[in-house]
Amino acid sequence: MSLLEVRDLEVAFHTADGTVRAVDRVSFTIDGGQTLAVVGESGSGKSVTALTLLGLNRGAEVAGTVLFDGVDLLAMDDEAMRAVRGNQIAMVFQDPLSSLHPLYRVGWQIEEAILAHRDVPRQQARARAVELLDLVGIPEPARRVDDYPHQFSGGMRQRAMIAMALALDPRLLIADEPTTALDATVQAQILDLIRRLQGELGTALIIITHDLGIVADLADDVIVMYAGRVVERADRRTLYYHPHHPYTVGLLRSVPGSVARAARLQPIPGQPPSLIRLPSGCRFHPHCEFVMDRCVDHDPPELRVLGGLHHGSACWLPGEMVGTDDDTHRRRSAYAGAHRQTLVGSGSTAVP
Amino acid sequence: MIRFLVRRTVFGILVLWLISVATFLLFFVAPHDPARVITGRLATPETVALVRHRLGLDQPVLTQYGHFLNGLIHGNLGYSFYNSTSVNYLIVSRLPPTVSLALGGAIIWLVTGVLIGVLSATRARSLFDRVATIFVLTGLSMPTFLLGLLLIYLLFFRLHLAGVTWFPAGGYVPLSQNPAAWAQHMVLPWITIALVTAATYTRLTRSSLLETLSEDYIRTARAKGLSERRVIYRHGLRSAMTPVVTQFGIDVGTLLGGVIVTETVFGLGGLGQLAVQSVTNQDLPVIIGIVLLAAFFIVVSNLIVDALYAVLDPRVRLS
Repeated sequence: MSLLEVRDLEVAFHTADGTVRAVDRVSFTIDGGQTLAVVGESGSGKSVTALTLLGLNRGAEVAGTVLFDGVDLLAMDDEAMRAVRGNQIAMVFQDPLSSLHPLYRVGWQIEEAILAHRDVPRQQARARAVELLDLVGIPEPARRVDDYPHQFSGGMRQRAMIAMALALDPRLLIADEPTTALDATVQAQILDLIRRLQGELGTALIIITHDLGIVADLADDVIVMYAGRVVERADRRTLYYHPHHPYTVGLLRSVPGSVARAARLQPIPGQPPSLIRLPSGCRFHPHCEFVMDRCVDHDPPELRVLGGLHHGSACWLPGEMVGTDDDTHRRRSAYAGAHRQTLVGSGSTAVP
Repeated sequence: MIRFLVRRTVFGILVLWLISVATFLLFFVAPHDPARVITGRLATPETVALVRHRLGLDQPVLTQYGHFLNGLIHGNLGYSFYNSTSVNYLIVSRLPPTVSLALGGAIIWLVTGVLIGVLSATRARSLFDRVATIFVLTGLSMPTFLLGLLLIYLLFFRLHLAGVTWFPAGGYVPLSQNPAAWAQHMVLPWITIALVTAATYTRLTRSSLLETLSEDYIRTARAKGLSERRVIYRHGLRSAMTPVVTQFGIDVGTLLGGVIVTETVFGLGGLGQLAVQSVTNQDLPVIIGIVLLAAFFIVVSNLIVDALYAVLDPRVRLS
């Protein structure tokens, strides 16, 4: 049994402008000690997915099942869910500057997390807080435990957040863009720290990121999200060397220095779609270089493709067209061109 | 901290001095003659001149101010033009009703205002929130004297007719004389002043707490698995209280200088009423005494609020 199994997760928010379908039929699994990277741009639904796992999306309409150790988290009442949060599943957020309470001492905030779940004396919680700060590499932890967050640097604050998240030895750690708000050098340190601690503690990790470099560093498996859907899933090597979905290919080609690098950086044209008025058919088709007739009306289901084991992609292109090389690129273009007759010149879809 | 206090104290004394100068100037610029007010309409010019001389009003303004300042330095605010009582005595005797009213009312409005604010913030757009909004609008738009009269009509007059004599209509009983009667006499004035002011606190708390509850660190607190009560009160309200504390300090400071309308409606005979009397009588020493005292309370409450700010928020450095 997997540690976490998410099946057909749907999250919608009702707003004055309409219903925002933030997450649509998302499924994935993660085993103990494994690392899953969730990749996508802003608004792809990756953070919403993570918050939903912890029941922290207030006012959202949620459907589907989230089995954690075989128990459905979405069916739990508030009290039971609270016992899971921070204890079994912990989370590290994007911005360490705003994620710690500015008016309480760092140590106190870690102690609070411990005391929320364990019936231990305050001194013991404090000793554990010092130990944790030491574990995440805060110098002079016995002294810094009494500092306020504003006395910490950005990197130290994220270390403190990680210490807090690991305080109760959670079985699953969710890190939502843990390095996005940090300097490049600090980013590398924090990633090293996460990797080291995961190795030592055997925690399963879901890392949410838009940075494919992080994926290459940490992930066992990867899911790529676009406009609330999983468009491609694979193990890390497959995703890098044999991607299938044009969006994934586009992401890889837009990373400087990546294996898929073209002569020049290739941006993905256009903005991600509005989650209130989603495009018909495949959600990526208005921006897709290989758009075909059926993409406009028919949303592709996730199909097995030939890049590797458990490799799935929600795209109508033939399953054997995987890879980022120019040859595959030409074959995709040719195939798409042959299935696009009615569209060309009709003006209904702009072909880039 | 010490440096801050010293600097602010010096600054406060300067403010008080400027206020005394301004009050003095205004008094002498305004066209009036206290001697004539005291002697009455039928007095001969000689009597008026004599009274004027006795009060020292025939001396140059600067000399008069010098006398006043000399007295002030020795803690003596002079004597009332009107009844020759010392201003110190007048103020001290009128202070208890005002302090009772301001502090008692403040506690009530702070507790009710903040509590309703928290409840409507955590139940935003619920029925409770809507009722609370009506309460806020009523409180903000209700004139104090009208609310006071309404309370007297309903809780004194109508209840008296029904044979219930819980609430007296007015008057003040010193706390030292009879604590129970003191509280009984203060209840209606407290409710009056609290209802009118609590509305501001409800609104302030609601908006401040709603803003705080959308902060990232509140999400962190929830992700830690804390109870919702702890998230709201320990994490949310702790941050949301800063503007409330500021407002509270200033409001209490202002009220301690006299609560004219409420005191008058309930005949409490506090500083506010003394202020009205002394202005009507053109009783300069009393006017200055009260103005300085009111200013003193405001300066001190501001100082306390600023110091408290540093206690409440570790990021604030007093320097």
